[in-house]
Amino acid sequence: MSEQDFAYLADVIRRRSGIALTEKKTQLVENRLVPVMRRFGFKTAAALLKELQYGHEALIQAVIEAMTTNDSSFFRDRKTFEEFRDIVLPRLLVDRAATRTLRLWCTACSAGQEPYSIAMILDDFNLVAQGWSVSIFATDINSEMIARAQDGLYSQFEVQRGLSIRRLVANFSQEGEGWRIADHLRRMVSYRTFNLLDSYGWLPDLDVVFCRNVLMYFDHKTRLSVLDRIGDILAVDGALLVGPAESMGGYTTGYAAAEGAPGLYYKAKPVPLRRRAVG
Amino acid sequence: MKTCLVVDDSRVIRKVACRILQDLAFETDEAENGAAALMACRRHMPDVILLDWNMPQMSGIEFLRALRSETSGNHPVVVFCTTENDVANITEALGAGADEYIMKPYDRGILEAKLAEVGLI
Repeated sequence: MSEQDFAYLADVIRRRSGIALTEKKTQLVENRLVPVMRRFGFKTAAALLKELQYGHEALIQAVIEAMTTNDSSFFRDRKTFEEFRDIVLPRLLVDRAATRTLRLWCTACSAGQEPYSIAMILDDFNLVAQGWSVSIFATDINSEMIARAQDGLYSQFEVQRGLSIRRLVANFSQEGEGWRIADHLRRMVSYRTFNLLDSYGWLPDLDVVFCRNVLMYFDHKTRLSVLDRIGDILAVDGALLVGPAESMGGYTTGYAAAEGAPGLYYKAKPVPLRRRAVG
Repeated sequence: MKTCLVVDDSRVIRKVACRILQDLAFETDEAENGAAALMACRRHMPDVILLDWNMPQMSGIEFLRALRSETSGNHPVVVFCTTENDVANITEALGAGADEYIMKPYDRGILEAKLAEVGLI
């Protein structure tokens, strides 16, 4: 792929999805375009890129989806789920005791392993039986991943990464060679194909947002925009969980890191005027 | 260094599993059936046992029942590692005292994840 073609493709992808591609990734990009070329009948990447210029929407969406990384597993980065279970959730159960309502959002849910892991933790607390209304909104830019997540059927390899055997037997049923998530967990999750650059207006006020392994693919400006807009729909005492190794340093002043819990952030409280330093 | 006894009637599978375990800093020992595994445990109780189900002389489930009935205070972690992948088999294994269960075929990532699940790495 020529430098000019790469620059054009990178620009389209950045404008449409926020994903920032550097020239170091040229080989990876070329490899990921191959199945799209095959699907749409292009013999060369150059021919595909030429067609992109005519605004072929299905092709643009397929190219963007091909550029996303969909590697995931149940309870991936266990520390995050421990923080959710041991720090975030107990506090919310007290603070929301009057309304008995919890609203959570997985921003990039891939094939559903993250929202179903959260659903399993919430199920451990037996909240629905106690009259709580629990909603997990799960989105991903990749429509194929959303379809897989809704289907809730996983291979033997997928269910053996991150799930204990007791969790597997308790929360999945065997279906041929695969394992299907239990209905009561699937009902807790609403899926939607969604681009994080689009409007968040359809989402309600949220108590917890999981935004893991996403920000790293965006340029600085997009990260800032996404974090600010998550802040707009996060409840005053809501929590944001990014990956334990991901830092928000320098992106925004809108969040405060929770002490001793890597990757956990709360909305920063505005400093009252009289306490602000003068001079 | 933690110790692991790999019990499987396939020499190839024992060899592959031992190589992965050694990479993960385990000291390994091998047994080709349940009876040999029981003798090995009587000599030296390992920290963890990777256990196949179908083996000549003494099956994995027979071995596990015998092991759990005779150990007092010394309770090694037992991870079944088998092609018997039905829920009924899994439930039977857990009931007999298995701690984890790996469905064959498996790879290094799965073995590592399961050992982490039982707190050994």
